[in-house]
Amino acid sequence: MKKKLVLIGNGMAGIRTVEELLKIDDSLYDITVFGSEPYGNYNRIMLSPLLASEKTIDEIMLNDKEWYAQNDITLRAGVTVENIDRINKQVNAGNVKESYDRLIIATGSNPFMLPVPGADLEGVIGFRDIADVENMLTTAKNYKNAVIIGGGLLGLEAANGLMKQGMHVSVVHLSGSLMNRQLDKASSLLLKTSLEERGMKFYMQADTECILGDGHVQEVKFKDGTRIPADLVVMAAGIKPNIALAQQANIYCDRGIVVTDTMQTYDPNIYAVGECVQHRNVCYGLVAPLFDQAKVCANHLAQIGTKQYEGSVISTKLKVTGIDLFSAGQFDEKEGDETLILQDPSQGVYKKLVIRDNAIKGAVLYGDTLDGSWYFQLMREKTDVSGFRNNLLFGQHDLGDAGHGEESRVIAMGDDAEICGCNGVCKGEIVSAIGEKKLFTLDDVRSHTKASSSCGSCTALVEALLASTVGEGYDAAPSVKPICGCTEYSHDQIIAAIKEQQLKDMRSVFEYLNWKTDDGCHICRPAVNYYLLARWPGEYVDDSQSRFINERAHGNIQKDGTYSVVPRMFGGLCTPNDLRAIADACDKYDVPEMKVTGGQRIDMFGVKKEDLPSMWRDLSEAGFVSGHAYGKALRTVKTCAGKTWCRFGTQDSTDLGVKLEQLTWGSWMPHKFKMAVSGCPRNCAEATIKDFGVVCVDSGYELHVGGNGGIKVRVTDFLVKVDTEEEVLEYSAAFAQLYREEAHYLERTAPWVERVGLAYIKQQILEDEQNRKALYERFKYSQQFAQIDPWKQRAEGKQRHEFTPLELVG
Amino acid sequence: MLAKKKVQASEWIEVVALKDIPKLGSRVIKTDVMNIAVFRTAKDEVFAVKDQCPHKQGPLSQGIVHGSSVTCPLHNWKIDLASGQALGPDEGCTNIYPVRVEDERVYLKVPAG
Repeated sequence: MKKKLVLIGNGMAGIRTVEELLKIDDSLYDITVFGSEPYGNYNRIMLSPLLASEKTIDEIMLNDKEWYAQNDITLRAGVTVENIDRINKQVNAGNVKESYDRLIIATGSNPFMLPVPGADLEGVIGFRDIADVENMLTTAKNYKNAVIIGGGLLGLEAANGLMKQGMHVSVVHLSGSLMNRQLDKASSLLLKTSLEERGMKFYMQADTECILGDGHVQEVKFKDGTRIPADLVVMAAGIKPNIALAQQANIYCDRGIVVTDTMQTYDPNIYAVGECVQHRNVCYGLVAPLFDQAKVCANHLAQIGTKQYEGSVISTKLKVTGIDLFSAGQFDEKEGDETLILQDPSQGVYKKLVIRDNAIKGAVLYGDTLDGSWYFQLMREKTDVSGFRNNLLFGQHDLGDAGHGEESRVIAMGDDAEICGCNGVCKGEIVSAIGEKKLFTLDDVRSHTKASSSCGSCTALVEALLASTVGEGYDAAPSVKPICGCTEYSHDQIIAAIKEQQLKDMRSVFEYLNWKTDDGCHICRPAVNYYLLARWPGEYVDDSQSRFINERAHGNIQKDGTYSVVPRMFGGLCTPNDLRAIADACDKYDVPEMKVTGGQRIDMFGVKKEDLPSMWRDLSEAGFVSGHAYGKALRTVKTCAGKTWCRFGTQDSTDLGVKLEQLTWGSWMPHKFKMAVSGCPRNCAEATIKDFGVVCVDSGYELHVGGNGGIKVRVTDFLVKVDTEEEVLEYSAAFAQLYREEAHYLERTAPWVERVGLAYIKQQILEDEQNRKALYERFKYSQQFAQIDPWKQRAEGKQRHEFTPLELVG
Repeated sequence: MLAKKKVQASEWIEVVALKDIPKLGSRVIKTDVMNIAVFRTAKDEVFAVKDQCPHKQGPLSQGIVHGSSVTCPLHNWKIDLASGQALGPDEGCTNIYPVRVEDERVYLKVPAG
């Protein structure tokens, strides 16, 4: 028999928990939901746009009543729970009594009403639910003067909305600067100026003494005696967790309902989530943490019991159209902190980053908030920023996101501006899908619109759109993000489990980490296959059915289903015999097109799959091996002429390129990996946009890492200068091995270096000599098993079924 | 291995031994008019669908098989092998053909014509 789950509070936190639970298992509980408001579940953070008439009630509805019916959930909307009877495990709401096996309290918070005389007058309200908004909208039609008490996020949004409704709005704030919990003085002042230009009036450092009126509010009086007229007073001086029910039931509360890392209250049958809880002594007044809390709570309700909530790092954005503001973390510097500031008054731009121990501790952005999510990510992951500190304030875009350049000003773009160049998705389509289909995450947007689902270069733009469309309710990719829907675990957790638990095949990984699907999917299987292969060379048997077709068939699939063939040409060198063999193969197999590639070799297009093995046999007999042009693997080592021929050459770059390629060919990587060797600083081999680049100089070899010439052009970071070719080989292999062992599958070196920080790479490879040598040894060990030409194997009959069609003749 | 068979309209034809389709893999059957992909799941269920994604005609036989669906190699559409329907928010459908396994042999019923 199903157990009974009762949820008190039909808001975002509670319903999100139920949704997460249904995703895991929809057969465990009979669910009943109590909500005081007569609606389904709506997006509370959209109350401000609702007040500003930018949205309608329908548009902010997340789950309408039909949703509850479809999921067999009993919704008691408009029914307020009066008490919880813990002894009989029952909640009482007038005539309605509902027993429970598990109870979730998600009662949210109440506006903090200043305890001043007159606070109970008619026309004095909070700003918390649809009823408050409706109240304000009605008042706005008949009256003129609104006073908002509180110049924080909520107060300013209410003020903006009421101003849009035609009211004269005054904001009363106790502190000297607006949004003093989120902004420093400078940005606060910019905000105030901008709001004043729109017609908002401010009374700063004003202490409200009382509210005057005869039945209905008429005036607000400050302690200094000033009086201002008021037909409507909105108390937005803060919120307090709504803990009345819990207190009444003697559930331990402090400021909020105290919960553990499993979201349980002191009564283990009772869980609590959202703004009513106090976790590790913190009460959150924002929406973002509830997404994490809901996942943890659902995980325990579903009796999996593997997740813990460890608190959230939060960021805020002001939802006032036309004002871009972002704040996260600790924005006021303390002793020992460093502050980076960029100020451009004429552009109305202000950016401030607080840095301690080379990591971002806080960020305040005004006017240009595009990089907010990037800074936020660096902050949460505690990335060492010392390697790119000089460019930090200019944003990710300046770190090499050249792909979109100035178009990045996504907020200002028109609806018909193309965001995703791969799939031809425009801004308007994305924004309306987010609204209509209630999308909260990047993955949601990807599956519904296809934007950012191919090359990923527009991901930051899509994230910015999500953030600006749904406000802070946007479920920013958590730092621990599951690799796909089959698992709760992230890339890092899977890599660690494979290593620490000695998991040596895919079945063990799936079982140990509680995979939700039997066979995984097209996202996780190739990743896990790679991780196993990289961790257990010589032991793990590659699973060809978990390879993307290009790697399974050892050629690049083309849009017509034919394949392309690219033989390896070490260092780009070739002989007349090589070229003759290639020409012969082209004739023999009717290759319709040949092309010289950017990696200095020859691509033969349009080969029929069934011809591949015999064509490879011919090429193999001529001395070629696979070029791995199809693989997440070592691709090419591009070289320039070098000192043998070039009058500027300082070292033998071609020969060094050949040596590098001989060392590294055949190695599987998290993503493709390209190298180059230039014979002098003129850098004809373009070594500084490669994953690993060598620039020869008269006195030795400069080594550069983390470059990319593709989606996002990124110039390499300088790693070190070495004296000998032997060192070049050792450092290149050590770098490749560190990348192979630690980067996430499908993460190029450029984002990897940015994520972990150049300082970390230097520490692993330069400062720790023993570690570098160990990495080099592990790379060479792994190469024993990797440097077996897959083409030759298949020419000899391996995996014949892959290349042999069956025929029915009619 | 090239199995050449004379085809009559709408009859069961033996096409391949079950063991010759890799688990979580497929084989392509070429007919005069089209290619049919025959899939084998981890649980040894066998499905036959037209080897053409409803999106941009990608060869489904080349995709990664998981559960009883396949992900198209061109643009990652997921196709349910039992129904031929695209899964998730994508919409579209490819043809399916009756297929059965008897004594470890796979039989396919191809349409007339």
